[in-house]
Parts: sequence; structure tokens; C-alpha cells
Amino acid sequence: MRPALPSLLAVMAAAPFLAGQSITVPPTVEAGSGFTIQTSGSGPATLIVVGQGQALKKDINLGEPISIAPGTLYNAGNYLAILAGTSAEPVSFDVSPAEPAKMSFLARPSRLPVDVKDGITGAVYVFDAYKNLITAPMQVSFDLTTPGAPQQTRTVNGEDGRAWVAMNSSPKEGAAHFVARVGDVSSTRVIGQVPGDPCSLKISAKPAGDKIEIQTDPVRDCSGNPVPDGTIVTFTENSQAGESTVDVPLKRGIAKVDMPAYPGANISVASGVVLGNQIHWGR
Amino acid sequence: MTKGRVLALILAVATIVLILIGTEWPGRSALHYSGGDHLVRSSDTPRAALQNFGDELRSNGFARAYDSLANKAQFTETEFVHDLTGAYPNLRTYTAMSGFDMQPVHATDDEADYRVRLHWATVVGDAVTSRDVHLVRNGSTWQVEWPVTKEPTLPPQVIPVNYLRWDVIYRGPGDDWGSQDVEAPHVRIVDMRPVQRAEGLVILGELLNEDVVPAYVSVDATLLDHNHQPLATEGSFDMIQHLLLPKAVTPFLIRFPNVTLDQVAAVNMHPFSTLIPASADPVIEIQNEKINPAPDASLSGEVVNQSGQIANVAHVLGTFYDKSGNLVWVADQYVDRALLPQTPVAFNIHIPEDLARKISSQRTVVSTFRMGGTA
Repeated sequence: MRPALPSLLAVMAAAPFLAGQSITVPPTVEAGSGFTIQTSGSGPATLIVVGQGQALKKDINLGEPISIAPGTLYNAGNYLAILAGTSAEPVSFDVSPAEPAKMSFLARPSRLPVDVKDGITGAVYVFDAYKNLITAPMQVSFDLTTPGAPQQTRTVNGEDGRAWVAMNSSPKEGAAHFVARVGDVSSTRVIGQVPGDPCSLKISAKPAGDKIEIQTDPVRDCSGNPVPDGTIVTFTENSQAGESTVDVPLKRGIAKVDMPAYPGANISVASGVVLGNQIHWGR
Repeated sequence: MTKGRVLALILAVATIVLILIGTEWPGRSALHYSGGDHLVRSSDTPRAALQNFGDELRSNGFARAYDSLANKAQFTETEFVHDLTGAYPNLRTYTAMSGFDMQPVHATDDEADYRVRLHWATVVGDAVTSRDVHLVRNGSTWQVEWPVTKEPTLPPQVIPVNYLRWDVIYRGPGDDWGSQDVEAPHVRIVDMRPVQRAEGLVILGELLNEDVVPAYVSVDATLLDHNHQPLATEGSFDMIQHLLLPKAVTPFLIRFPNVTLDQVAAVNMHPFSTLIPASADPVIEIQNEKINPAPDASLSGEVVNQSGQIANVAHVLGTFYDKSGNLVWVADQYVDRALLPQTPVAFNIHIPEDLARKISSQRTVVSTFRMGGTA
């Protein structure tokens, strides 16, 4: 009996090799989907799947298909399937992102003047339901809608998980809705389009007791948008008595001020770097 | 060794004895300046009378100072105190007089005229008030006739104020990762110039708020040497109008003491702006501005509060240009009177003598502050 024991152990050790064990996995699996792993051979074994932040261990019987339930593997990336304690070679496979389900939409700036070429930028990162970045090429559409102005639409081919676009701000002021869309998934940002510098600043004057009442015409930018209230308009009066200056904020579209009535005074107006007309008062 | 110990012991005992004497029987001057008593000199000369008056003011002895006046029948003690410290809260409300200078102008046997300068220690530095004071002889003593300026008082009233105000809501923790925050105001340096002065290098400039929202602004500058290494970094501190409403322009001035222009190869400017809740009121008019030539070159004028609310502190910043419109200098002055509605308050900004000749035009802006918040 003694000489037979080493022979038996040798046969047992060689048995798995003799049985021709192997593992077959689909080369690509969509994140979160169910799939089946095929094995050959016979007897019990342990299946180990290791990948991006996930590991799976399962006792199996060789030769029987192994079903991986939906939602088990959801992190996209490269995985390795190993049959522990067998001669089967480890097999690698990829888990690819699922359909677009969510996007991160970065729109800049949140506020800008009207009519600025390529002033608005939007960048989109598209993710599946399991927050995997979708790197496959895809079409992303961007819509910029300002009330009372034509809608701008741009379609961009996204690659490596991102797509970006630069668009012009509308000539009309107002809150623009900037929408990025991939398939049925969309995200909206609001861009404030504000009037630009005042254009053709004009003042008029009339007597008001011992003073002059000076006021601007309604102040608009070069696209015809009313300049917002609070914008500072500077009135300057030069006379023999010296110089008088008042910084007046626009209220209801106009700036109005009472200044001393000196005969021969020159009154001018400015806002920021924009100069308006000049009035000569009296003699 | 023994001699040394004896000497040390003698010195220690002498020190203790002197401290005890000084505590128990203090000198008159020490007692006066510690607030324990007031110093009374004989007012037998105009200078001595004025010095006594100034000492009383310096120790906040307004009642005794009022009692010593020759013309106290013309105004009340309250009016006298309001003339010195203001009836409404202002820059001098929480200050004390730190100095009192006098300069004789004219004197006879019975009358004298002096120009006095009262120095007030305020939070923004020394504030100086100049007055021309008349003194009269009354028997063997001299008395001050104080040129009181009665501060106008506001009658009780309701002033409707229809002012603009901006408030800011920033992004919160519940917002999406990709959602943008409110944009910081867009500001731009529209002019910048280095000027070499005796005390060092000065960077002058102007900053424009080109946005439609108010901005809190400041400017820093970094000087780079010829190896492009940082030489110094300084900020504008209060030499700027920090609250900048839409399309408003502020001058700024940054000082680099002990740095010369030939040490500098480049200047990096860093304008800073952030959103700030703000109000468009009060509107301040600057009227009757005049550039007074050297000597004592200055920009003088009056600031008038055109709004209904009282502006407790006003900071006047003057920007000076040459004939070609180039920036020459930036100077400032804090007005130490509260700005009451429609009540002119004078200001006088000093201009360096050597620059005064180059100045052809100017632009003035005013920042105002209310006790309890920025106006």
C-alpha cells in the first residue's frame, strides 16, 4: 500500500489539469446589467471577480453557467475573473458605462453684458445612472433662449466624456435659459444678460427756482436695452464759482439732479467711461 | 562686592521713597494730565489764557473752558460742545483732543488774535481744526472769545426715501455641483501710474466698476525687481472708494515706502472685487470745488447730502490730472462733521506743493458711512 499513496496524490493533483478547466466571460458588459459566465470542467470552485472598487466572490460548480444578477457590477472599468483553485487562466473583461442618465453642466459666466461674441461657455460631463463618466462619442445639443430674442442652438460631438461650446450673448437683455441635452437627459442653467455701457448719453436742463434741474433722457445701451437702475451718472458743472459734481444713480431709467444756477456754466454728463453731451447755461 | 550691594540697596530704597512721594504729593502738571485736577495758570497774557483754554479742552473740561470765555453769553454750553464735537455722531464723537497749537496773528494792549489748530485723535488719524480766535483783556486777565459755529439741527420730520438697494443670495449647500454661483462684479483698472516721491514709490490709478451690480473693491500691487522677484506688496487700504456702484470710478493710491522706481522692473496689479449688499443712497453733491494754488495748495469745496438720511462720516477723495489728462496725484480728507440733509460742509484737501503746478483738472468722489453700517 505504501508505494500506491504518492501515485494517488499525484493523480489528484493533476486531476484539474486533466479535466481542461476554463472560464468564458463576455468581453464587454454594460454597467449594472446582468450577464452569464461560462465555465468548463467539473467539481466545486470559487469564482472571484475583481475590478474598479468592486470585488465579488462566489462558490460555483464548474461546468454550470454562473449568472451575475443585474446591478451587481456597476463601476465602469476593467475587471478580472478568476477561478480560484483551478487551472483556468484569469480572464479580463470591461464594464462599460450604461445609457446617459445624468449630466454635470458648467455654464459660465452667470452674468455678462449683451451681445458678447463667444461670451457664454458651457461644458457638459455625461454620466450613467451609476455615475460612470460616459466616454463613448455622443451628440450634445446646447440651446440658449432669451425671451424676445431668437433661440440659439448648437450641436456638439462629445468625446471622452465631455462636450463644450461657446455661444454669443443675445443682443436683448434678460435671463437666458441655457439648456444642455443628451438624449432624454437635460440640464438647465440661467445666464443673466445685462445691458452694456450707456450709449449716446444726453441731458437737458430747465430752471427750478434758484437752481437748474438737469435730467438725462432714458439711458439705453447701444442695443437699445434700458441701462439698469442704480448705474451711476456723473453730472459736472463748471462755472466761475468753481466746479460742482454729483454722482447720481439712475432711477426708473433716468438720472435727475438739481444744481446751482450759475450764468455761463457748462454742464456735462458721463457714466463710467462714456461721455454725454454738454450744456451751456445762460449767458 | 560689599560696596556694590550697599549701593544697590541705597538705589532701591531711594526709588521706593521717590515713588511714594510722587504718589502722595504729585506735581501739578502730572495731576492735571492724569485727570485728577486741572492746571490753572495765571491768564495774565493772551498766550497763557489760550494755553489754559486749550488745556481744559484737552482734558475734556468743556464746562470750565466755556466758563472761561469772554463771549459765553452769545451761546450756550451745549452749543459750544456741539461746535467742538458735533451734535450728531461723527468722526470726532469717540475721540479726544490730542494737541493744541497756537500762532499769534495780531496783538495790542487790550486785544489779540491767534490762529489755533486743534488736533483730534480719530480712528483714521489726526484730524485738525483751525480757528481764528480773538482774545480780550478784562482787567488783569485775558479771556478767549470763541468763534462758535452753531451746527444746524434738523427739525423733527419724516423724509420719504425711495432708494435702490441690492441684496445678494449666494449658492447654498443644496445646489447642484455644476450650478454656478453669482458672478463677482467685473471691475477694470482704467489708469495706472507709478510716481516717485521723497518718501518712496507711489502707485496711482483709477478703477472702474463696469458691471451692473455694486462691488466692494480694493487694489493690491506687487513690485518686481529686475530679476522678476517680488520686491514688495502693498494695498490701497483706505485710499480708495471701497463701495463702487455700477459704472462708478474710484481713484486709488498705494504707497511703497523706501522703494525707488529704478529698483522696479514691473508692477503686478491685483484688483479685487466682491458682491456686497448696498444702497444707492445717500447722493452726495460736491459743490464749489476750487483748486487753490501754492503756497498751501489745496482742493477746497463743500459736500452736500442730497438725501434724507444723515451720513455720519464722509471721506473725500480727489483725483488730480495734468493738462493732457494724465493722472498726477490722489489725495483725501475725512470730513469730521456729520452730513445733514441739504447742509453744506466744507472740505479742504492738501496737495503737495511740487505737484500743484502740474494740476489742471480734478475729479472728486465721496464715500459716506453711517454709524451702524455703510451708508
